[in-house]
Amino acid sequence: MKKNILKSDGVQAVIASLICVVLGVFVGYVILLIINPDGAFEAIVAVLKNFMTYSRPDSQLRYFGNTLVKTIPLILCSLSILFAYKAGLFNIGAAGQYCVGICASLYAALAWGWSWLPCLLLAVIVGGIYGSLVGLLKAYFNVNEVISGIMLNWIGLYLTNMILSAVKEEASPYTINIRTANPDALIPSLGLEQLFNNNQYITIAIPLAIIIAFIVYIILDKTRMGYEIKATGFNKDAAKYAGMAEKKNIIMTLVIAGSLAGMGAAFLYLTGFEQYIVTSSQVPSMGFNGIAAAFLGGLNPIGAIFSSFFIQHISSGGAYVDKSIYASQISDLIAAVIIYLCGFVFFMKVVMNNMIAKREANKAKTGKEGGEN
Amino acid sequence: MEDAYAVEMLHITKKFPGIIANDDVTLRLKKGEIHALLGENGAGKSTLMSVLFGLYQPEEGIIKKDGVEVKIKDPNDANALGIGMVHQHFKLVECFSVLDNIILGAEPLKKGFLDKATAKDKILDLSKRYGLEVEPDAIVEDITVGMQQRAEILKMLYRDNEILIFDEPTAVLTPQEIKELMMIMRNLKAEGKSILFISHKLNEIMEVADRCTVLRRGKYVGTVETKDTSMEELSAMMVGRDVNFHVEKKPAHIGDAVLKVSNLTVASKRHKNDAVKNVSFEVHAGEIVCIAGIDGNGQSELVYGLTGLEPIKSGKIEFLNEDVTKRSIRHKTEKGMAHIPEDRHKYGLVLDYTLADNFILQTYYQNTYSTKFGGFMKRDAIIKNAEKIIEKYDVRSSQGPNTIVRSMSGGNQQKAIIGREIDREPELLIAVQPTRGLDIGAIEYIHSQLVKQRDEGKAVLLISLELEEVLDVSDRILVMYEGEIVGELDPHTVSEEELGLYMAGAKRNEVKA
Repeated sequence: MKKNILKSDGVQAVIASLICVVLGVFVGYVILLIINPDGAFEAIVAVLKNFMTYSRPDSQLRYFGNTLVKTIPLILCSLSILFAYKAGLFNIGAAGQYCVGICASLYAALAWGWSWLPCLLLAVIVGGIYGSLVGLLKAYFNVNEVISGIMLNWIGLYLTNMILSAVKEEASPYTINIRTANPDALIPSLGLEQLFNNNQYITIAIPLAIIIAFIVYIILDKTRMGYEIKATGFNKDAAKYAGMAEKKNIIMTLVIAGSLAGMGAAFLYLTGFEQYIVTSSQVPSMGFNGIAAAFLGGLNPIGAIFSSFFIQHISSGGAYVDKSIYASQISDLIAAVIIYLCGFVFFMKVVMNNMIAKREANKAKTGKEGGEN
Repeated sequence: MEDAYAVEMLHITKKFPGIIANDDVTLRLKKGEIHALLGENGAGKSTLMSVLFGLYQPEEGIIKKDGVEVKIKDPNDANALGIGMVHQHFKLVECFSVLDNIILGAEPLKKGFLDKATAKDKILDLSKRYGLEVEPDAIVEDITVGMQQRAEILKMLYRDNEILIFDEPTAVLTPQEIKELMMIMRNLKAEGKSILFISHKLNEIMEVADRCTVLRRGKYVGTVETKDTSMEELSAMMVGRDVNFHVEKKPAHIGDAVLKVSNLTVASKRHKNDAVKNVSFEVHAGEIVCIAGIDGNGQSELVYGLTGLEPIKSGKIEFLNEDVTKRSIRHKTEKGMAHIPEDRHKYGLVLDYTLADNFILQTYYQNTYSTKFGGFMKRDAIIKNAEKIIEKYDVRSSQGPNTIVRSMSGGNQQKAIIGREIDREPELLIAVQPTRGLDIGAIEYIHSQLVKQRDEGKAVLLISLELEEVLDVSDRILVMYEGEIVGELDPHTVSEEELGLYMAGAKRNEVKA
């Protein structure tokens, strides 16, 4: 019997993700139509075009670079989510781990004048420690990781606000600009910026993030650690039966997940692309978008690279919607709708499998009738 | 009319992708008879009953009730036609009373309020008429399994069902309770009910059924009058060949003690009492010790305590002359303890892993399967190991080592676990209900593997609920009742009845150990 190509897991994941993207764009378009039918089509096209709105190729390149710069932390956050997810843990605390990563990298850069590499490593370590709190609570007190993760998100946010207030600009709530205060703390570009029309925010963070995605892939798929983590995630009772150290695995998984999120924060803030606002009253959305990116990428580290880019592309594209027709919140709304529907990847897979099963059942039926004739 | 049929299922065919679950099956239930449905696991019994209940729609075939063709689209249709079923796993709300459970879904109302008094009268009336002794006000979790089953039967009678289906009703009962159930079934028959009795226990079918329909691999084999047939003939019809009922084995050569358990106490997760109370025993090399008992008398907790899956409260476990009471699961595994768990899906397998990955569940970290530096998995060695176990223990699957275990049949999943555990050449094999839910062919095979272990001088601790298995396979029987070992018996001399009395707590002796 010929093997149905649609039954292959990888093919299914890609198709399901694409369906979600199309569906998300469609629903976003419908919402725009309801709000104001006049500019709906132009608006949705603007969201999808993002940097391609600019007609000059060098501007396009420049803004493509900006989208990439913001894609990097998203890739790391989605790696954080999917890594924990493989061990059966839902790391909603990635947002908080990302937040303390910002705190560590910026404070080290601005208050202590460290150069970029130690700043980056500190963010990784602090993110890991912050993740370990969730792990310890889960392993020793059986506190649900979602509950403790959400609580720690807020604790992390206000800690960050408090600590970074020491390094903010006098007249504004923004942290001091790294580029002027401590250029050593900027991640080097090694000439990469020339590929993007001298976009000064382009750094080696981009290739590093991609390399890390591949390392995560190798750890999960090829190593002893990945074997153990996935066994625990699929069936923690069987992992216990097999003599795996369940508590150690939970803690270690969340330490790694936290480090990835913390690294993501450093990869963005050590480019000088953004300054942190110390009066923020909401946890950075990067950690939450990471959830959508992880699922849209089929929980595959390589898939996460592409899904993160798409989600960031949509988010950035929202800025180009005509604000004279739509309220300024529209860009976030449309991006949110699309991201929301991206979470339906698994649902789509189930629907697809049901359809395939039904078709095969019908085929078997008609096949038999045909045979009898 | 003498030969009127209550229900006829004619030429039923039901297909699932890749498998024909029922292939032209005909089952005709006469009014007022007890009709047995016999077949191995996977023979299509459940599918056929699901078709009768409207859970599946057959591709071909028709169902007639009292000679009239009916369409059963869902279980409500089946109920309306007076068809009721006692499931193998009871569908009772544990914290409700017997009365509440019986009226659930068919609550009698008086001016919009529950009318329990009338319901109670009706239940007591039914209970007297059919000899179904129950206490309507008792809470389900406090009563015996036998009484829970009687509550299930009353549930059907309360709804005035005429056609009663019993799905493997004796699996959870003691020998004494089985006798009572047989009486109840005869009473029901005498009152004109028609009974479908699903079972793979031949002696019960011979005892109580009038006729028997046999299925094999989804196909209809035949229907016979039980008075004109024999157990041998029925089993040949069911399996398709002659079956060896008894396990062949040589006398045991008993060696040193491999496992010494002293004063072991394990807390229960379900209630406040201890599940295992101050239990002491030994298992020696070269013998199969069987712990017999009715489900839920502390056997599972005993094994959890021994293997380390649950913490123990007090006591001492010595394994190969080392005190392993506080040692990790991995330490015990490395030292040579193997465990075929009771719940193969919960503990025994990672269902979403491939067969090859499941075979290295306890050994993945060793140098054979992953590199010392960096911990990279050695795929070639893993696949080779899988091929070896598959070949040696005849584990059948669609894609060999790369088969996802979830897609395999229960029997082959169990063979995979047994192969993995035995292939590690353990000194002690703890096998908990290793043959549960398997067909006769697989049971024969597993029994022979257990005996082989023993003949090679290894110790085997078998936990079983099946009397026949206990008597056939073991060299020594320990009976557990309410968390205690209440008797040590010799399988060669003890009778099934006597063993049953011990299991029911009616009899006990002092254990020598």
